[in-house]
Parts: sequence; C-alpha cells; structure tokens
Amino acid sequence: MVKRIFLGGVLALLVGLAIFTGFAWRPAISPIARPAAASFAPALVAKGAVLASAGYCASCHTAKGGAALAGGYAMATSFGTIYSTNITPDIDTGIGGWSETAFRRAMHEGVRRDGAHLFPAFPYDHFTKLTDADVSALYAYLMTQPAVRAEDKANGLPFPLNIRLLQAGWKLLFFKPGRYEPVATKDATWNRGAYLAEGISHCAACHTPRGALGAERKEKAYAGAAIDNWIAPPLDKTNPAPIAWSQSELVAYLGTGVSLYHGTAAGPMAAVPRGLSRLPAADVAAIATYFTSFNGSAARAGQDAALIQKALATDRIGTGLQYDAGTRLFTAACASCHYNGSKGLNPLRPDLALNSTVHLDDPTNVIRVILYGIDAKDGAPGVVMPGFGTGFSNADVARIAAYLRATRTTKAAWPDLEQKVAAIRAQGKGQE
Amino acid sequence: MTSFTINGRPVSTTIEDDTPLLWVIRDEIGLTGTKFGCGIGMCGACTVHVGGRATRSCITPVSAVDGADVTTIEGLDPKGEHPLQHAWREIQVPQCGYCQSGQIMQAAAMLKDFPAPTDEDIDAVMTGNLCRCMTYVRIRAAIRQAAGTLAEGPKA
Repeated sequence: MVKRIFLGGVLALLVGLAIFTGFAWRPAISPIARPAAASFAPALVAKGAVLASAGYCASCHTAKGGAALAGGYAMATSFGTIYSTNITPDIDTGIGGWSETAFRRAMHEGVRRDGAHLFPAFPYDHFTKLTDADVSALYAYLMTQPAVRAEDKANGLPFPLNIRLLQAGWKLLFFKPGRYEPVATKDATWNRGAYLAEGISHCAACHTPRGALGAERKEKAYAGAAIDNWIAPPLDKTNPAPIAWSQSELVAYLGTGVSLYHGTAAGPMAAVPRGLSRLPAADVAAIATYFTSFNGSAARAGQDAALIQKALATDRIGTGLQYDAGTRLFTAACASCHYNGSKGLNPLRPDLALNSTVHLDDPTNVIRVILYGIDAKDGAPGVVMPGFGTGFSNADVARIAAYLRATRTTKAAWPDLEQKVAAIRAQGKGQE
Repeated sequence: MTSFTINGRPVSTTIEDDTPLLWVIRDEIGLTGTKFGCGIGMCGACTVHVGGRATRSCITPVSAVDGADVTTIEGLDPKGEHPLQHAWREIQVPQCGYCQSGQIMQAAAMLKDFPAPTDEDIDAVMTGNLCRCMTYVRIRAAIRQAAGTLAEGPKA
C-alpha cells in the first residue's frame, strides 16, 4: 500500500513535470539575415523612435558610458543583479537575427528568440498590451539603429532562480498576456493615456510595489515602491504632496521635468520626461488624464491658494540671526536657491514646503538629492543643483533633512536619519 | 567627455567626471575671476551661473554641467557694465575683494527672480555668500541701487 502511494506520487510528479515542461517549453524561432535598413518605411522607423523614447528602451539597455542600446546596465533586484541585454541589430550579440515574429513574441510573451523565457526585469507584462502595429514600429526602429558588438553580461542570479524554464511558472502565476482592451465607459483620451501608461511607458513597473516573487501587486497598483535606491512615490490618492497632482501639474512635470508645486524629476524619474518629450503633447495630456482619474486631485481642487501662502510663510523661518544648527545650515547652503519669499512660487526655485519628497514617509529621495545633487540633463533641463555630499558630514545632511521635515511639514520626524544618510552614501550616486 | 559653453564659447574636457567645475574654470579654461573659498558650498565665493541660475562651482562636478551654459564673472557683461558692477564701483563695496565675483553673480541671478527685492529677500538669498570684511551693508545698498537701475530700463 505504502509502495503504491509512493509510486502514485512519483507518477503524479512525473506527469506534472511533463505537463509543466510541455507548457513551459517554447520553440526557437529561426534566425534571419539582418533586414536591410532600407526595407523599413521611414515613417514606421520615426514612429518607432517615438515609442522607444516613450518606453525608455535606451535607459535600461544602455550602460553608463556605453553604446546606446548595447545593454550591460545593471539592475539590482532582491533576487540578484540582472544585466540588460544588447538590443542593437548586431547578428551575433544583439537582435540582428531576430525576425519580427521573434521580436513580437519577446514583447508580448517574454520569450527570447531561442525559446528561453525572459526575466520580468524586462517589463513584458506591460509590453504585452502594445498593439501589433506599435510593436512593428519598435522593431523597425531598433533594426535600423547602429549594430554594436557587445556580449551580454552574465546575470548574478543564484540557483535555482537562474533556471529560465522556471520563469514559465512565474508567468503562470502572475502574467496575463493580451493586448490593451479599451474601457468602454471611458473616453478615447483616457483610453489612450491608459494604453501608454500601462503599456509602453510601464509606469507601474516602478510605482507599484512588488510581492515576494517580484510581481506587481495589482491590489496595490501605484501605491509607491522602492526602486534603484530611490523611492518611486505613490501615484494614487495616497500621494502625500500637499498640493494635488492636477492635470496641469502632471502635464508640466511629465512633459518638461519641471512642475510648479512638486519639484523636478530626479533620479530614475529624470529619464521619464526626457522619454515622453517626443510624444505628441496630446499623448502626454492623455497620460495625465489617466492618472488624474484615480489620484483624487479633483476632490482637492480649490485648496491650492491657502497651501501656497502657508508654504511661502515657511520661507521666512530661517532669516535673521539663527542659533539652531539645522536652520543655519539650511540658510547658508539651501536658501539662496530655494527661498521664494514675497515673490510667489518660481518652479526654478523649488519650494520645499510643497515638494513631494519632503512629505514622503521615507527620507531617501531628500537625502539622495542633498548628497548627490541633480545634473543639468536631469530635473530642470540646463540647471544644476550641486550635491553637498563631498563637503557635508552625515550629521549635517541629517540636520538639514530633519530641519525641512520639522519646518515644512506637519508629519512625524524621520527616524535614524544619520544612519540612513550613511547607508545612502555607501550606496553611491548610482549609474544614472 | 564633458562639453558645455562658458560665456557663450563651447568647451570640452576629458578630465575626470568628478572634478569640480571650479577647477576646470580656473585651471583648464584659465578664467580666474571665480574664486575658491571653502570648497564645500558654504561661502559662495565660487558662484557662477549654470543655465542662468547661481550655482556653487566648487561642489558641482564638471560632468553635471554637460550640455549646459555656464557664465562666470568675466561673461556677466562683455564690458563689465552690469548695473551691479556699476553699483559696486560707485558705492566702493569691496574691501579685500575676494568674495565679490561670487557676491555679484549671486546678486545678478537674484535680481532676475526678484527685480524689486525686499531686505528680507536680499538677506535670505545672499546669506550663503560670506564676506569676511563685513561689507554686507554696502552689498545690500549696491543690490538696491542696481535693482533701481534695472527697473529704469536700458538708457537710450
């Protein structure tokens, strides 16, 4: 009897394995000779360039100082480091031998040309929503870019996470393939915005928290998450910025990187306005329409004037003779740029009483910006915030952060700030 | 490689990315009007404009200004005739003069944002620029005078 149960168990396991393997196994798609660049219609290539920009392909598929799209960008995940791959049309090391069918399968199903499953660090769970026409345009764009010979770097994933076949199990649990389906109760603008945000621009990949197995937690969509040593703030009603993210604020921020009431796009977010800037203005507005439909901004309209007056009043705190160390540091190092005073708000003098980062539960973003600053190509284009990390001690950076939190918000003080600064300093500036 | 413009002239450098912009301006490009003070962004002597905004060049890594437009005291006005420079001379603001290029660059940027600054505005924005000779009263007077000149508009 025991033997029979054991045999039955083994048999069930084998059958299960066979079924899983049958389900998980995907065939290779034969390599092709690289299509001639001239075989793609210029209009299609141009459309693909806009989509590639709005999908930030080059942000993740380009290593710092490396050739565009040639891969090698390290993505630190809780499972290990994954390196982006070469998506230039090089035959041997890139995707030059990929047919459009193979490329479409990768985008829509997360499967490599040779049949291996891709890791979801590549956001195919978003790209699956793209129309065939948009995938064709992306293919045309990528296949007409300069081919760069660059071998892919070996991923630093431990066994058994490095077994690609097991990714089929992940897909079974978390991945729903399928094109974007318009919501009938919403208008065309909203649906366009949702298509872009959920598809090519994959906003949720950073702004939605992930579960233990690395999948986005749909029930916490856009609730904010930690990513690449930064905090991607919530995009839903829980966003803590004093002034709501209205349509005009989102359009300004997403379209130019600069907003009047929320600061500028820094860190990994800096690539987003740069990427979206190639979209037609109507598309950026559509994305804003999508987010304002669930971020609660309509209910908060009309509160802005009082909040701005309150914020401007805080600018006067540091003026005059001061003895508190945090106040003095802020007055000497920060106020020359961040003070607005009587003149009203200037987006190039970001008001820290309104700035999103000062109101987040986690001080990471504030500390990173104080330590490392914002380069001319990020944030407000052409303008620099220098980093103070080279001159300031961890205690000084912590004092400024604590001072801002205490004077610019009514929220609880951030705990263990000095240790947090030390930890972020140890992480380094990052590869942006 | 980092490329940017300085006083309208394109420049490129292959120096290490984390080299302070101030060192590049003084030692590589040879414009020595911008001064080294504290080296930690707390005295303002090294203030230049990046994209028209007052920026402490001693703590700005040169890589940060890639693609940007940098203006130093030498480029504020081609003939040294900015209203602030006039006021500086007329009121005889400086004593030792070491901080003045930083003071003038910070004040010039401020007057774009605050064309008619209150004393509170001047104190808040200029506090990051130290003057060890204690000429603050004259600095404030010169800023007020320059604001008045700018408000009158260019002379015919």
